[in-house]
Amino acid sequence: MEHSELLIDWSRAQFALTALYHWLFVPLTLGLTFIVAIMETIYVKTGDEWWKKTTKFWMGLLAINFAIGLATGIIMEFEFGTNWSNYSWIVGDIFGAPLAIEGLMAFFMESTFFAVMFFGWNKVSKKMHLTSTWLVAIGSNLSALWILVANGWMQHPVGMHFNPDTARNEMEDFWAVFFNPNAVSKFLHTVSSGYVLASLFVIGVSAWYLLKKREVLFAKRSIIVASSFGLLTSLFLLTSGDESAFNVAQQQPMKLAAMEGLYKGEERAGIIVIGLLDNTKVLGDEKAPFHFKVEIPNALSFLGYHSLSAFVPGIHDLVYGNEKHEIMSVAQKMEKGKLAVEALSDYKKYKKENNSQKAKEALVIFEQNQAYMGYGYLQKPEDAVPNVALTFYSFHTMVGLGTWFLVLFIMTLYFAMINEIEKKRWLLRLMLMTLPLGYVAQEAGWIVAEAGRQPWAIQDLLPVGMAASNVASTSVMITFWLFAILFTGLLIAEIKIMFTQINLGPKGGH
Amino acid sequence: MFKKEREVFQLMQKIFLFYVEGFKNMKLGKRLWMLILIKLFVLLVVMKWLFFPNFLATNFETDAQRADYVLEHLSNK
Repeated sequence: MEHSELLIDWSRAQFALTALYHWLFVPLTLGLTFIVAIMETIYVKTGDEWWKKTTKFWMGLLAINFAIGLATGIIMEFEFGTNWSNYSWIVGDIFGAPLAIEGLMAFFMESTFFAVMFFGWNKVSKKMHLTSTWLVAIGSNLSALWILVANGWMQHPVGMHFNPDTARNEMEDFWAVFFNPNAVSKFLHTVSSGYVLASLFVIGVSAWYLLKKREVLFAKRSIIVASSFGLLTSLFLLTSGDESAFNVAQQQPMKLAAMEGLYKGEERAGIIVIGLLDNTKVLGDEKAPFHFKVEIPNALSFLGYHSLSAFVPGIHDLVYGNEKHEIMSVAQKMEKGKLAVEALSDYKKYKKENNSQKAKEALVIFEQNQAYMGYGYLQKPEDAVPNVALTFYSFHTMVGLGTWFLVLFIMTLYFAMINEIEKKRWLLRLMLMTLPLGYVAQEAGWIVAEAGRQPWAIQDLLPVGMAASNVASTSVMITFWLFAILFTGLLIAEIKIMFTQINLGPKGGH
Repeated sequence: MFKKEREVFQLMQKIFLFYVEGFKNMKLGKRLWMLILIKLFVLLVVMKWLFFPNFLATNFETDAQRADYVLEHLSNK
């Protein structure tokens, strides 16, 4: 049964809105918890009360972000149950364990030790307090792990068996799900992006103080810690990004092709450094995809397949097939998918009729073709292509900004170490202006991940159109706008409270 | 046995007072807690109750019925 395009688009838009808002708050918590833990470690080791004051200030901003961001993620669980009930049912056995562990970990570890971290300054020993601060950092990152394991499974479903009697994917191998290469690289890349954002936040706020000639010692110390942390994590972000792209090439080649605007596959494929897509380009026409582009030769082949001469399939090869490189066309996959869907229908019918022989035959056909089941729901081969422009520009925005952040951290650390940073007002302005760009890069990354996997809710197995609930599109529209108003209100509140605390400065107390 | 229970009770009391004193001494924190409580009320009570019923839980009574519904959806493209 197909739902209306309107319902699917509004359901999609609502999930995207809530996910993007949620992701405004989470990465800062992921990274700032570690920065605060590092600063407190310095305080405990040196006994210097200035470091305690510095730690408490950033901890106050962490608390604001934590409080505003708290429970913004739970909205998505509500949406699973209301707008995406078919999807929620189908993945229930897989998602259940990771999300339950995430909830328990978040509740027990973070919340318990967060209270000690925040309330316990003069009540517990220095060691106990420091341990609590580190446990909050570790706990919040471990919470992120489980949701990313779930998302990784959507991108590359492994370790499960589809039960045609219950219409559920049942977990067969927890460790296959947990160590899914997509999940591992996604976790490492996502949390390290949070560390980079938090570092940008600290250096940006510190730069503001130096521009105002306020809290000079505090700002310089904060810059040294944050730019060191930012530099190391930026380098790690590069390697984890490389690993992520390698996994995408193996498991989601269409996403990689869209990320690079690659229509016709190539050996020795280059990576686009900068390019402008021709938005009149249609799949199958002879137009060049780009108005102009600058690329690094061979780099995409190396990134995707660890070989400079590897063939990287383009959108055209993946949709229409490529015999030379043994790439099945989407039309062929659709035929197999249709067989799976028909066999599932037959299985259900024969089970009801208690015809076990026919049911068994139908089951055999289903199992032979179920890997392509999702294709059986597509209307035409071109439906397998995500929005190329959105994926391409988001990817290049993310990578371009990530490269800039690395350069910025090198510059800030250098000038901070030689104690020249407060004189470099051009650099301080750059640090401040780069702070919001950290958020832009964050959101761009998630757009690549989620827009790039379209049309799939579960890669190859379930398109988004089949995942949605049969609810009224007007109710989805109403809740979309309610969330937009609520989350915008929360964001304005956070910015206002943050600005007030930053204006008060480290002596402001918490 | 009684001594052990008393120790547990005293520990719970310590933890409770830890939180109470922590809250009493907060400045910014009180404002944040108000925000958290309002937000949780709006999200978990108002939004969830009014706008986000679980579709399958609300419309079907048993897991077998839910499975049937989803299978029907999956097998009738």
